[in-house]
Amino acid sequence: MNDVVTNCSFYETDLLIVGGGAAGCYAAITAARRDPSLKITILEKANIKRSGCLAAGVNALNAYISDDYSPEEYLEYVRWDAEKIVRDDLVLSMSRRFNQVAEDLEKMGLVILKDEKGRYVSRGKRNIKINGENIKPILSREARRYTNVEVFNHVNVTDLIVVNDRAVGAVGFSVDCIASYIFSPRAILIASGRAEGLYRPNNPGFSRHKLWYCPFNVGSGYAMGIRIGAEMTSLEMRFVAQRCKDTIAPTGTLALGVGAKEINALGETYGKKYGYNTSARAYGATKEASEGRGPCYLRTVGITSDQEKDLWKAYLNMAPAQTLKWIESGESPTSYNVQIEGTEPYVVGGHTGSGYWVDTRRRTTVRGLYAAGDVVGGAPKKFVSGAMAEGAIAAETMIQDIKTRNRPSLSATTDAALDRVKDYERRLTPRKEQVYTIDELEEGMQKIMDEYAGGVGVAYRYNSKQLRLAKKEIRRLQQVLLFQHANDMDELLRVYELKDRLTVCFSLIAHLEARHETRWPGFGVNTDYPEFDANWEFFVNSRVVDGEIEILHRPLNKGETVYEHSY
Amino acid sequence: MSIRIDRKSCIGCRACVEACPGNLIKIDSDGRAFIRRPEDCWGCASCMKECRSGAIFYFLGADIGGRGALMRVQRDASTARWTIQKSDGEPLTIVVDRKQSNQY
Repeated sequence: MNDVVTNCSFYETDLLIVGGGAAGCYAAITAARRDPSLKITILEKANIKRSGCLAAGVNALNAYISDDYSPEEYLEYVRWDAEKIVRDDLVLSMSRRFNQVAEDLEKMGLVILKDEKGRYVSRGKRNIKINGENIKPILSREARRYTNVEVFNHVNVTDLIVVNDRAVGAVGFSVDCIASYIFSPRAILIASGRAEGLYRPNNPGFSRHKLWYCPFNVGSGYAMGIRIGAEMTSLEMRFVAQRCKDTIAPTGTLALGVGAKEINALGETYGKKYGYNTSARAYGATKEASEGRGPCYLRTVGITSDQEKDLWKAYLNMAPAQTLKWIESGESPTSYNVQIEGTEPYVVGGHTGSGYWVDTRRRTTVRGLYAAGDVVGGAPKKFVSGAMAEGAIAAETMIQDIKTRNRPSLSATTDAALDRVKDYERRLTPRKEQVYTIDELEEGMQKIMDEYAGGVGVAYRYNSKQLRLAKKEIRRLQQVLLFQHANDMDELLRVYELKDRLTVCFSLIAHLEARHETRWPGFGVNTDYPEFDANWEFFVNSRVVDGEIEILHRPLNKGETVYEHSY
Repeated sequence: MSIRIDRKSCIGCRACVEACPGNLIKIDSDGRAFIRRPEDCWGCASCMKECRSGAIFYFLGADIGGRGALMRVQRDASTARWTIQKSDGEPLTIVVDRKQSNQY
């Protein structure tokens, strides 16, 4: 018999890392260097060589502390950008490691621009210039160098196993062959990235995956935590990015690199009217368009042809579609301004504040479970170096914690995990016919979120009545999905990815309902409460208790205060 | 936004299979790579960078302004040579020095 139950393998390890992107790889590297006797296991649903957000490359390290700048100033910047909803302890602890991470990446082989004195050349106070087209192969190669790091590529984790209120295992399946896996570690790190594809995308047809961020990050890390009752924070602080029209390529290279300013269709600069933080920039473009002055552009006309050629190269190293578009259309940035648009909303702890509620050492509220990178909330503006810094912090905490922790009971872990494996088998059992394809169900979810939960199609606006409808409709799809079968492992992956997206959607809607103000108008306008309200200067958190979402309000954690969970 | 894989040039080395962050590229029964669900391609170009036989071409979907041009990249240790072939006209090659940082 050839099924996922029979082909189920069991592995013991010390540190289990779910997700082999920037945070996960660097957590593994940090742990392997600290303690060569530890067994470290990375689980990755693609291949760590180029998986995650860094696949296409990046052209700067956007989080760096230059000579005339400090981590405290970085915190001030993040606080201003996030309209005060930040955890000082998290931002300070990561920003104190930015430079160490950059130096480490250079030692691994990353090209970083230096001046004649050998110092990194900064782009503003917080950015350094690199050649980052191969940053992920560099990082994954380093992780692979350590013999105590074991990598399982093409393994998708669906659930975390909790026994006696402690995360003790993880269970998943191969996306290539009929096989399932149960892992019994001493500590688990979630580093599986953000949630993309919840909303109808800017390009809903053939180019539906043309995002700047990795469309294969579906929020599984959030969903797995939500299902086991982990506390989440600030999901309502969605991220809407201002991007180049159609290609959804980043605009920072144009704004910072050649000083291109935002202008409306009348040629007027409008930035001053709205302000310059991330939310305000996104709001400006949306508002100008809604008042009949769209589309908006970045004014590149007048740059030199040498600058243009450098832009071609910069974009080839991170977003090649934009260079292709310039050349293919003949509308070069020297002669044509670059049209911009806001993206569909994402849930991403690396840019805004959505994710796990962790303590200063990156422990989640579930014992034995740690988090790093985009899945961690309360610490916006992590970018690559911040995600890696969090991976290092979490790895150090895990090493410290497992010294006093016994290995969990194997039989309890296995029993709970086998229940999940039986669910894989149930879904793989052929059925005569299925009414829906996964694509159709995914489209259904994105339409609900777009229309009722403030997507790009409704200019990011929502109210409580619409959110109630969104909840009801997401519940409907969750019910439909219970009976969705899969013909092969690839389809099985897509069933579980949709399940995770729906879980995140439901919690996200609860958060949007719970904040009775509009703090970040570029990321969403609550039309019941369209104004900023200084009384809402606290975190909106949630956790699932007995199947229901419970909302909590948590105060800001200021200054050097260390935050610990009370459990 | 997606890629095309030229079956005649593909040598079935699997480098693209291992590079795709979406696990979208597979090998068919003839030992040649193909992309399942081209509409799910992110356009990250990872597969093209790893392909030694120049068999993978990148194009913009018609829904995001594509005009039928194809782009490919050939890399060695020091350079990445990107070639864009428009549906009419001469190909354009842009050489990126891999040892040099971006200027912006």
